[in-house]
Formats: sequence, structure tokens, C-alpha cells
Amino acid sequence: MIRKTEVEETLKRIQSHKGVIGTMVVNAEGIPIRTTLDNSTTVQYAGLLHQLTIKAKSTIRDIDPQNDLTFLRIRSKKHEIMVAPDKEYLLIVIQNPCE
Amino acid sequence: MEIVYVYLKKRSEFGKQCNFSDRPADLNIDIPPNPELAAQYVERNPVDMGIQCSVSMSEHEANTERFEMETRGVNHVEGGWPKDVNSLELEQTIRFRKKVEKDENYINAIVQLGSIMEHCIKQNNAIDIYQEYFNDEEEVEVTDEASSAKTINVFRDPQEIKRTATHLSWHPDGNRKLAVAYSCLDFQRAPAGMSHESYIWDLENPNRPEMALKPSSPLVTLEYNPKDSHVILGGCYNGQIACWDTRKGSLVAELSTIEFSHRDPVYGSIWLQSKTGTECFSASTDGQPTKFMVGTEQGIVISCNRKAKTSAEKIVCTFSGHHGPIYALQRNPFYPKNFLTVGDWTARIWSEDSRESSIMWTKYHMAHLTDGAWSPVRPAVFFTTKTDGTLDIWDFVFKQSDPALSLKVCDEALYCLRVQDNGCLIACGSQQGTTTLLEVSSGLSTVQRNEKNIAFSIFERETRREKILEARQKEMRLKEKGKTEGKDDDQKDKELATNLEEMVAKAEQEFFDIIFTELKKKEAEAMEKKAKPQKKQSLEMDEEVEEDNTGEEEGGDEEKSA
Repeated sequence: MIRKTEVEETLKRIQSHKGVIGTMVVNAEGIPIRTTLDNSTTVQYAGLLHQLTIKAKSTIRDIDPQNDLTFLRIRSKKHEIMVAPDKEYLLIVIQNPCE
Repeated sequence: MEIVYVYLKKRSEFGKQCNFSDRPADLNIDIPPNPELAAQYVERNPVDMGIQCSVSMSEHEANTERFEMETRGVNHVEGGWPKDVNSLELEQTIRFRKKVEKDENYINAIVQLGSIMEHCIKQNNAIDIYQEYFNDEEEVEVTDEASSAKTINVFRDPQEIKRTATHLSWHPDGNRKLAVAYSCLDFQRAPAGMSHESYIWDLENPNRPEMALKPSSPLVTLEYNPKDSHVILGGCYNGQIACWDTRKGSLVAELSTIEFSHRDPVYGSIWLQSKTGTECFSASTDGQPTKFMVGTEQGIVISCNRKAKTSAEKIVCTFSGHHGPIYALQRNPFYPKNFLTVGDWTARIWSEDSRESSIMWTKYHMAHLTDGAWSPVRPAVFFTTKTDGTLDIWDFVFKQSDPALSLKVCDEALYCLRVQDNGCLIACGSQQGTTTLLEVSSGLSTVQRNEKNIAFSIFERETRREKILEARQKEMRLKEKGKTEGKDDDQKDKELATNLEEMVAKAEQEFFDIIFTELKKKEAEAMEKKAKPQKKQSLEMDEEVEEDNTGEEEGGDEEKSA
């Protein structure tokens, strides 16, 4: 219970960083547990990024079975999408890197 | 063992003529088989050898009909909720979420992931890895790169009965869309069942048009409104003008009534830069010019004043010089006093100051020119299209007698041409309804140093030259007037009449002579190429060609003075 505040603090801290547009936590089934964006956007991100993460993970493992995916960053014209994968959950952050 | 045979000849006999004679065969060396060598080899029995007894086949590739594919995604609106949770019920979902958040795994995972994530976020904020360091430096000009253009995309008319692409218009913002008007320009020969539709294409998808515009009669011309990018103006074959709003759909939003429309097909229309953004001009062949600058079918360009009160004042001045209808007319975007006209077999550049003739013109081509446009980026570059399917890019700072680049775009005639605002992409429409998109090399689409000044000085120089010529001609005419005024009128008339006939006959004769010598010259050139290995003949041809050249030059001079 005490640790629950740690989670809150962590997520709040992440959201308050400069340039961060949205933060979301999604479970393996694509259900958004916590999100700062609206539901439909979150579900869309969740579904698409989940597949991409699995593909990236299998790519790394195929090349070297001892290796594993720790982080995935997608830089697009408008912003950067960062995905931190876990066994059951995905932490997704969308940031607008300032120039 | 060396096998040697020696030929003997006396020194005194060197250089003597050979006398060949027959003689029977002579055995020089006989090498019998040596059985001891066979001991070095082992006999093999049985011998395995593969033989294939099958049909011989070859590999071929064939291109099949295009298979239309469409990518579609499925959008999941809700995640995979477990069976006992009804996703629509807010309470149940909240309860589920709270349950997950209490899970030990969840807490650990989030804390750990959070720290990794923070590291990356801070990294992003610290340094921008995509920063441009050398933005201030100007691009080094690579002038020795040969200019080129390549085809990027081809849009074909999806209808069965092919129609000519008569007009193109780029979308004003972002230039990702192209509107093409299709119609059949042959007089009264539009085949039955031909669709009236015109299309808007998205550059990313050449297989299917993005939207179809359905007028009541085929559209000859089509323009986007530069202020409001959703509005398109179209001129129909039957003379009406129609207006579309792309947001509303493919049916006509507004249509001009039959009484107020032109009687002939509307050939050109442009949007006027007015404050309300809703005014437009249209021009047609039935002689009701409301456009500011009109090119007519007789080859005359009329410059009109819209603000004039009486219709007499409307026509300010006329420029004549083309032998056939004017197909394109456009002002130079950098120097509006100079404009380009395209008609019959040449393209001409005019200046508003010199009314008698154009200040610069291209040579006469073998095919009709159908459309022309200035490059919006470079003041000295313009493009023309011809009925033999070639696109010419002219750069008169670089070369004045020939196009800087000439490309064969397709086999059928090209009817219209449009340059995108950045000067890089050109779209041209052909007789079969195929629109080709070309990208021009950067040498032709980036402004060169001093180009504006050079182009301006070229225009000035040519304008001055024309003015001087005009002044001289006026002088000569005045002199002649002074001379002939003293003569008898009848005599003058008769003389003039006979002179006219003679002159016409003479002009015809000269004209045919020139054409003849040109053709001969071309034939001679072709034959010269074939007969190159035979040097003697080519020398003769050269002489012939030289003669033809001099003959042609004389003819040219005569024509100019006449």
C-alpha cells in the first residue's frame, strides 16, 4: 500500500517532464490501466505498439537469444514515442523533444 | 621429345617468287603408343554417368494484369477486457483497474520501467540529436551536373473510353492533390457513353482517384481557388461554369445559368485575386473576353482593361505574331511585364512595351505546341509541351536556341502542363487521359545566383532591340507614304494590286523553297549518318549541306525584310 504512492509519484514525475504530451500504462491485453490521454487514442496506441514491441523483441531474440529488448523509441516528424516493455505491462510515453 | 622440322632456303633465293607444286604426303614423325604409361592409370568399371531424359524447359517472366489491393486496418475501440467485466459499465472498469493497480507485480514493474523511461526523457531534453548544424551555409551549387527530369508517377484515366486530359490544377496548399479535367476536344465527336467525370487525384495513390466530380457536361478546364482550397471552378464543354465544394461531395454546388454562359466551350478560367476570393474570369472562343489577357484563336493576344466603362476602351492593345490559336498565355511570375504565349509551332516571349512583335521566340518545331508555363521558382525557365509527346524545358540564361532539356514523356500527344509551386514537380496530361508526374533535377528548380538580374537584363535588351526595329520600320513606312502620296491614286491601286499578287506568288515560292531546302537538309543529314564509313561520299554530302545552309539563310533574310 505504501508502495502505491511510489507508483503515483513516478507517473506524475514522468508526466511533468518538459515536452511530455502523454503517459499511459497498458496491460498485455491492451487494456489501459492508467492514461493521461483519451480512451480511444490510448486503445489505438496500445494495440499498435503492443504488436510492434513483440516484433521488436522477437527480432532481438532471433539475432541473439541471450539478448532482450529493454526499450523502444520511435522518432517521428512530430514527436517521439517511447515504449518500455515488461512481461505484462507496457509503459508508453509520447514526448515532443524540444529544439 | 621435341619435334622439329627445318625449312632451308638459300640466301640468293630470298625475295624470289614462290613456285608452288604438288607432292605426295611425307611422314615425318611416328609416335607409337607406350603401354608403360597405361600403368599410371586405373581402369574404372562400372562407370556412373547421369543422363536426364526430360523435357527441356526455359524460364520466362510475364507481367499480369494489375491486381488491385487495398490496405485496410481494423480499429479496435476497446481493449481485451476479461469476460466478467462489461466494458461499457464505468463502475466495473474502474473496479478492474483498481484491482490491477494493487497488484504487486504492477507496482514493481511500473517503478522499474519508470526509471528507465525517465532516463530517456531527460536524454531527449538534454540534447537534440537531430539538430541541424550547418543550416546557415548556403548550398554549394553543383553546376556541372547535367539537368534531368524523371517520371515519378503516372495516373491513368480509369474509364474504358479514354478521354484527353485537357487541364490540370494543383491543390493550393501542400500540393498533394491534383485536379484533372477530362473531355474530348474533337468537335462533336465525343463518343457515346463517355463519362463526364473529372477526377481529383492524390499523389500518393495513383491507382484510384480520390474523388470524382460529376458535371452535366464534360469539363474542359478546372481550377482550384487559391484562397479557399476546397472550392474548384470548372468550365464545361457546353459553355457553363460550375463550382464545386470538395467537402460537400461530387455534385455541382453552383452552376451558371444557360443565358449567362458562353456559347462555346469554355477554354480557360482563372481565379482573380480579389478580396472576397469569389470572383473569377472565364474566357471562351465565342469572343466574349472578360479575362484581362486573352489569347484568341486567330493568334492574337488582346489585353483588356476590366475597369473600362465602354466596351471600346476594354481592349487596350493587341499583340499578333502567332499563326494559329494561342493555347497558353502566362505572365512571368517575376517580371509581370513579360509574358509567354504558346501557339502553333513556336513559343514566344513578349514585353508589354513592344507591340509589334515578340521580343524572343523559339525556332519552329516539327510538332504543334500545346501548352506552356513559366517555372514559379526560376525567372528564366519555362516549359512547353508538344503534340508528339515531348516536354521541353527551356532555360534562356543557359541556351537560347534549343531547350535545355527535352523529354519524351509518352507516345501520344501532350495537351496540358502544370508546374507545382515549388518548381520541382510537373504534371502533364496526354490525349489518352494519362497524367504523368515528373520531378525536375535541382539544377533546374533552384534559383541560380544573379539569375533574376540576368533574366531581367535579357528581357531589357531584347525589348530595346525590338523597339529599335519598330522605330526603323515606322520610319520606313513614313518615307514610303511620303513618296507614294504624290502619285495618281488609280495607278497606285493598280500597281498595289499587281504588286500584291506578285508578292503573294513570290512569297509562296520562297516559302516552298525554304521548306524544300529544310527537308533536303534533313535527308542529307540522315544519309550522312548512314554513309559515314565511306568518307568520300560524306565529303560530297557536306558540300551539299553547306550549299543548302547558305540557300536557307538567304531565304530567311528575305523573309525577314518582307
